[in-house]
Amino acid sequence: MKVLVTVKEVAEVEDEFEIDGLKIDERYLDYDLNEWDDYAVEEGVQIAEENDDVEVVTVTIGPERAEETIRMALAKGADRAIRVWDDSLEAADFIDVATKTDILAAVVEEEQPDLILSGVQAGDDAFGATGVSLADAIGFEWAAVVNALDLDVESGVAHLRRELEGGIEELADVEIPAVLTIQTGINEPRYASLRGIRQAQSKEIAPKSLGDLGLDASVTESEITLTSMYEPESESDATIWEGSADETAGKLAEFLRDKGVGQA
Amino acid sequence: MSGDVLAITEHRRGDLRDVSYELIAAGRQLADALGGDLHLAVISGEVSDFADQLNRDGVDAIHTVDEGEEFNHDVYTQVITQLYDELQPGAVVMPNSVNGLDYAPAVANRLDLPLVTDAIDFSADGTLSVTREQYGSKVETTVEVDADHVALTIRPGEWPAAEGTGEAEIAAFDATIDESAVKSTVTGFEEVGGGDVDITEADILVSVGRGIKEEENIELVQALADALGATLSSSRPIVDNGWLPKNRQVGQSGKVVTPDVYIAIGISGAVQHVAGMKGSDTIIAINTDPNAPIFDIADYGIVDDLFDVVPALTEQFE
Repeated sequence: MKVLVTVKEVAEVEDEFEIDGLKIDERYLDYDLNEWDDYAVEEGVQIAEENDDVEVVTVTIGPERAEETIRMALAKGADRAIRVWDDSLEAADFIDVATKTDILAAVVEEEQPDLILSGVQAGDDAFGATGVSLADAIGFEWAAVVNALDLDVESGVAHLRRELEGGIEELADVEIPAVLTIQTGINEPRYASLRGIRQAQSKEIAPKSLGDLGLDASVTESEITLTSMYEPESESDATIWEGSADETAGKLAEFLRDKGVGQA
Repeated sequence: MSGDVLAITEHRRGDLRDVSYELIAAGRQLADALGGDLHLAVISGEVSDFADQLNRDGVDAIHTVDEGEEFNHDVYTQVITQLYDELQPGAVVMPNSVNGLDYAPAVANRLDLPLVTDAIDFSADGTLSVTREQYGSKVETTVEVDADHVALTIRPGEWPAAEGTGEAEIAAFDATIDESAVKSTVTGFEEVGGGDVDITEADILVSVGRGIKEEENIELVQALADALGATLSSSRPIVDNGWLPKNRQVGQSGKVVTPDVYIAIGISGAVQHVAGMKGSDTIIAINTDPNAPIFDIADYGIVDDLFDVVPALTEQFE
């Protein structure tokens, strides 16, 4: 069987930053594997370890720079990778859910996976929608916010838990082929071993343009346009204690004692 | 953009969730801006009882769909697409909840609607503008939707709950469910994170977050909790890492706590965490980043390295 894992390279923003138009200035960004996708990769690799003849393929929509992140997923055990990018994607200000869905659906058409794992959301734009949108587009079943998975390959059913709000979990059975969006905490993502990192160097990252997937630039057209980006005004009216760590700790201790804390 | 708004309410295990009433406020705001009516849909469960409870100020019509007891995304997706075909609203508004995220993207895809999730505000002046957050609440963005119809999800807790008694027309909607397309089955629910400590009962919580960096460092915070006679809790990443059990997690998917004093240590204040602790009487934050969202809801704060402040504070009480 084949497991396709969607992997996104996301930008993390430093504590202090500047916005340049509709983007955060590049100087303040660090790029990394999307946290939720890290858990999805781990889940895919564990499925491969627990079952015979499982291939784990990652797919990324992203520029060449993303290959560093993709190599991390390969070093953790994915077998090969696909990276989709071209000039029209580069030129798009905003790649919306529908565009990602169209692109990933075209990759699914080529790859014919049995199971697709996707992070619940991306740490940068946080739309949280691609996995379920993709499932509907390709006619797969799905489940969102999965935090435990027991895949029964023989019967073609994924027994899973979905993490609802308030410490409640839903137990559900989902028929595969399916798209599951993976919540953090479902497993413990491994660190890439030195051996894995060495092996990843020889694994394939296949670059694809929209044209390679039978798509054209029209797929990037969107009815949604990013029009502004700004730092939210702080709503803080907190009293901030100033001074050295000893001084601020002293002020906080005094405050807590006044409240009767630590008096027992 | 067309005028009417269709909002999809949410319930679980026999109770409407708070976000359902917030959807009324958000939906009314949008319907007013677009110049249309606000329709609600309530799908599955005790729909007549739910409809009575949802009949609040600002609702024009409530469509009840008596299909199944609990949420099932295959049923919801089919029902909403059929309601949409019937009503042709300008906007379908859904909750940005775990269940909302389990059907809203499918609804948008099936109806070929542009989708904007996790809205915290919107305005419509000919064109719909939606406000969102990105990069873990560090920036806000606005997106414009240039379409006649749109699918939106709204962040729970951002709109006030609608109140008052309404005069909505309540009517059953006969949906046709294709059972062969229902390929997921909910088999049960479980409450997680029992254990010997109930953080919801604690008067003082010392809560630790990602800033603690290493599992061994949790000892520092445990020592402070011990010195204060407080209970140790945490934000999500600590539990995800397996450093503390699930019953210690404060937040949307963990426990909602309301202690007298909540000391947030190395916690940035992601919206999911804040949802679980904003009702605390006094909130104190210790964090190196002065712009961390936790300071927006804190009453008192220290902007400094927790590895300097926490041992100094513990010493004060030993």
